[in-house]
Amino acid sequence: MFKRKIKKFKIPLNPKHELAVLLSSRSSLDPAPLKDQKGRQPILARLRKVHLVWLISIFSVSAFAAEVTGGVDQPSLIKTIFLWTPFLLKGFGFNLLISFISMAIGTLLGAVLGVFQISLFLPVRLSSKILTQFFRNSPWLVLLFYCMFMLPFEITIGGFIIPFPDWIKAVIGLSLPVMANVSEIIRGAINSIPSGQWESAESLAFTRRQQIWLIILPQCYKRMLPPWMNLYSILTMATVLASIVGVEEVMSLAGQVLAADGRPELLVPIYSFVLAWFFIYCYPIAKLTLRLEKKYALKT
Amino acid sequence: MPENNVNSKISPIVSIADVYQAFGKNRVIKGISLDVAKGEVICLIGPSGSGKSTLLRCINGLIPIDAGSIKVKDMEVHDPKLDKLELRKMVGMVFQQYNLFPHKTALENIMMAPIHVLKQDAKEIKERAYDLMKKVRLEGKEDEYPGELSGGQQQRVAIARSLAMNPEVMLFDEVTAALDPETVKEVLITIRDLAEEGMTCLLVTHEMGFAKELADHMYFTENGVIVEHGPPKEFFESPKDPRTQEFLGQIL
Repeated sequence: MFKRKIKKFKIPLNPKHELAVLLSSRSSLDPAPLKDQKGRQPILARLRKVHLVWLISIFSVSAFAAEVTGGVDQPSLIKTIFLWTPFLLKGFGFNLLISFISMAIGTLLGAVLGVFQISLFLPVRLSSKILTQFFRNSPWLVLLFYCMFMLPFEITIGGFIIPFPDWIKAVIGLSLPVMANVSEIIRGAINSIPSGQWESAESLAFTRRQQIWLIILPQCYKRMLPPWMNLYSILTMATVLASIVGVEEVMSLAGQVLAADGRPELLVPIYSFVLAWFFIYCYPIAKLTLRLEKKYALKT
Repeated sequence: MPENNVNSKISPIVSIADVYQAFGKNRVIKGISLDVAKGEVICLIGPSGSGKSTLLRCINGLIPIDAGSIKVKDMEVHDPKLDKLELRKMVGMVFQQYNLFPHKTALENIMMAPIHVLKQDAKEIKERAYDLMKKVRLEGKEDEYPGELSGGQQQRVAIARSLAMNPEVMLFDEVTAALDPETVKEVLITIRDLAEEGMTCLLVTHEMGFAKELADHMYFTENGVIVEHGPPKEFFESPKDPRTQEFLGQIL
């Protein structure tokens, strides 16, 4: 019965918002506790503390199992992991670097694309819409593969050879979906501004450009910040995809560690160890996003 | 088509001739003509959906018209070659929902258009903005954000913001319809002050008492046409058209 009741709930949305992927799993109008979320989970689930509990328990159970199955002659599990930590951290740092650069590039391009989406000039509006929808609805991994194999490993411009290492290709591959999502965040935010703002700006003789830059966009930043941060944490978690295309980030390094040690019982502990880092990095972002959402939802 | 030349003086400042407008298949204005002389106060009344607000928006070019002509001074509003910015400097508009810019303070709201559109000297604009705040009786509220002001106060800031462009014609689109009854009065007083100073005003309103007191000429629209018009005394006391009679009977 309880479940049916919950299904009746609809997340109150501005119908003009079409940010399906980036919606909060909790609406600001609904102060229900976190555990009541079953049945109306959006596509993206938020990180929660309970995830950390799972992580720790998986880690300890597998560590214990590894301890038991491992021979007496081998160094203890904790010691092994401790030894490999600097090596793995380097890889994790690389993940963060990829996430920063992709986010920066994606945001810049997405901002342009997003504003183009409300252009009054049909060809510009249409082509930016198509571009946005194409990259927003393609699997990130496929885009990554495309960039890996379509981009040359170096570019020659007037005698200069600019190398194009794999990780840069990965950055480009990841910034494409970020671009498309940022573009949609911006379009959605602009559409959520009441039409009266446009009207009054127009009647005050502002030019179209002034209307956008002086009146509409400044009101959008607050609305865009939470979904933008959300996108960043999704991106950070997606950077491990780069391991599949051969970039030496934390996942591929973890694989190397396992291969070097030749101890299959380490597999689960090491991967949960790496997982924990991502959690520790992304959880505060998710938490802050929620807080900002609540804060901005009160005023408009 | 009867010409509404009863009230037009030598050269009207706003001249609307046989205007038609439709949103898709929905025909909103079906041939409206009226003239407004400089300094005159015109009130448009009528049931909702009768095209009053649309007509106001056509006057400053926010909505294009399908046929007819609208002239403001010597500008043909719907001439594609017209510099719309010039038109909008001349015609100020105040909306039902105030539409103040929420990210700017009251004073900044007033100063924005003169700074960015008229490109006037910032210091001079600031002085004028303070004067305008005084004029709409909101001294001391300069640094408050729209969200911190009451509806009536916001609406008066919106009037001041529009006045900062030194318009020659002001359009008021049901400016008191969203307000609490207590705050309606303060906005009406502001408009009355303006009218008494000789500002040309076109009001869409449901405040009949106010219209009766202030208007030089009343227009009753229904279904996209002007059903009846005349000076307020005649209009309210002896309406001729049965539709006007019915409407006034319901409202008064």
